[in-house]
Amino acid sequence: MAGLRAILSAALAASLAGAMPGLAEGGAGSPAYGIVKDAIPVSLTGAAGNAARGRMLVLDRRVGLCLLCHSGPFPEERFQGTIGPDLSGIGARLSEGQIRLRIVEPARINTATIMPAYFRTEGLTRVAAAFRGKPILSAQQIEDIVAFLTGLRDESR
Amino acid sequence: MSAGSRARAVAWIFFAATQTVAGAEIPLEERRSGYEFMSRDTRAMQDDDATNPGVFWVLDGEALWNRKAGAAGTACADCHGNARVSMKGVAARYPAWDAARRRPVNLEQRINMCRTERQKAAPLEHENRDLLALTAYVAHQSRGMPITIAPDKRTEPFLNAGRATFMRRQGQLNLACAQCHDERWGKKLAGTTIPQGHPTGYPLYRLEWQSLGSLQRRLRNCMIGIRAEPYPYGAMEFVELELYLMWRARGMKLETPAVRP
Ligand code: HEC
Ligand code: HEC
Ligand code: HEC
Repeated sequence: MAGLRAILSAALAASLAGAMPGLAEGGAGSPAYGIVKDAIPVSLTGAAGNAARGRMLVLDRRVGLCLLCHSGPFPEERFQGTIGPDLSGIGARLSEGQIRLRIVEPARINTATIMPAYFRTEGLTRVAAAFRGKPILSAQQIEDIVAFLTGLRDESR
Repeated sequence: MSAGSRARAVAWIFFAATQTVAGAEIPLEERRSGYEFMSRDTRAMQDDDATNPGVFWVLDGEALWNRKAGAAGTACADCHGNARVSMKGVAARYPAWDAARRRPVNLEQRINMCRTERQKAAPLEHENRDLLALTAYVAHQSRGMPITIAPDKRTEPFLNAGRATFMRRQGQLNLACAQCHDERWGKKLAGTTIPQGHPTGYPLYRLEWQSLGSLQRRLRNCMIGIRAEPYPYGAMEFVELELYLMWRARGMKLETPAVRP
C-alpha cells in the first residue's frame, strides 16, 4: 500500500516537474531556485560569477571534479574523462540557465544520469561525515562555473 | 501545505524514485578481469613470479602455514597438511556459509576462526601483514581455477543484499557501483579505465598502495571516491558485497596474487 502510494506520487511528481515551473529548496540556508522548463534562469547568488575562478574550479579534480567525466578545450590537461560529453562550445549549445540546471539538478534532464547534483544536500545515502549536509559546490562556485562555461563558444577543441 | 513544503515534498519523492539504478548485469561472455584493462607492463609484472611483488606475501604465508602459533601450539599444517592439496579450490568458493554463525564468512574471517578456535591465538586485525600473507597463500592454491559460488537457500538472501548494495546510489556524489562497473566499464574516469570490478585477484598488490591489500580495502577506496561513509572492515555489508561480486564473477579464473595500478 505504502509502496503503491509512493509510486503514484512519484509519477505525479515527475509529471509536475516536467509540466510546471518548479521551485526547489537548496541546501540548508541556501536560497531556493526556480526551474523554468529545462533551465534555472536566475543566478543562485543573485549576481554573475567570476569566469576565471570558474575555469580553475572546472580544472580542479578535487573540487569541481568535472574532468573526471568530461573533456574540454584544455589541451594542457592530461587524463580527461570520457563519461560525459566534451564541454567545448557548451556556451554556444546551451543557455546560461540551461547550464545552471545541468549542474544543480542534472537528473531533471536524465533521471538515470551519473552526473552528481552539485547543489543537493538531501535524500542522499551514507554520505561520508566530512561531506554530510554540504553541497558539492557552493552557490558562488556554481555561478563561477556557469560564467566560465557560458563563455565557451568555440566548438573546436 | 505551503508552496515551499509542497515543493520540498515533491522534490524528495522525485529523488527517492531515482535512488537505485536499473542494473543491467554484464552478459557472462563479455566479462573481463581487471587484468585485461591494465598496461602491458603491469600485466607482465603480474605474470612473472620473479617480478610480482605479491609473491613475497605468498612466501611469508607459506612460512606462517608451517609455524606453530597460539596457546594450542599448533600450525595450520598440523591439521591441514599440504596446502597445495588441502586448500586447492577453497578460495574459489568463498565467502562460504558458516553453520555456527548462520551467515557467510569470507576467507580472512575463516582463517581467523581457525586461529582463535583451533590455535587458541588472538585474531589478526584486518590488513595485518600476517593475515594478508596467510590469505594470499591459501588463495594462491586456487590460482587459475574458476570461481564456483553456488548460491543456495541459506546464502541467497545475503547475495541479494549484496546485489542491492551494488545497485544503490550512495555518497555525496550519489553514485551506485553498477553505474560505473556494469554500465560504464571501458570508459575513462579521468585517466583511469573503469574496469568491470571483478574480485578475481585478491588479496592483490596495488601499485598505488605499494602493498598487498584485501578486497575490502579496494571496496573502501571506491566508497571513499564517491564520498560515501565506508563500511567498517569485516562488516556484514562488505561480506554480502564480496559474495555478490564473486557470484557475478562465477566461472572467471582466480589470479591471486594479482597486480593492479
Ligand atoms: C560522474 C560523472 C560526471 C561529473 C563528475 C560531471 N559530469 Fe557533467 N555530465 C555527465 C554526463 C554523463 C552528462 C551527459 C548527460 C547525462 O547523462 O546526464 C553530463 C552533462 C553535462 C552538461 C550538459 C552537456 C551537454 O552537452 O548537454 C554540462 C553543462 C555538464 N555536464 C557540466 C559539468 C560540470 C561543469 C561539471 C563539474 C562541476 C560536471 N559536469 C561534472 C557526467 C558528469
Ligand atoms: C565513479 C566510478 C566508480 C564507482 C561508483 C565505483 N567504482 Fe569501483 N572502481 C572504479 C575504478 C576507476 C577502478 C579502478 C581503479 C584503478 O585501477 O586505479 C575501480 C576498481 C574496483 C574494483 C577492483 C577490480 C580489480 O580488478 O581488482 C572493485 C572490486 C570495485 N571497483 C568495486 C566497486 C564497488 C563494490 C563499488 C560500489 C561500492 C564501486 N566499485 C564503485 C570506479 C568506480
Ligand atoms: C587444530 C586443527 C586446525 C588448525 C590448527 C587450523 N585449522 Fe583450519 N580448519 C580446521 C577444521 C577442522 C576445519 C573445517 C571444519 C570447521 O571448523 O568448520 C578447518 C577449516 C579451514 C578452512 C576452510 C576450508 C574449507 O574447505 O572451507 C580454512 C581456509 C582454514 N581452515 C585455514 C586454516 C589456516 C590458514 C590455519 C592456520 C592459521 C588453520 N586453518 C589452522 C582445523 C584446523
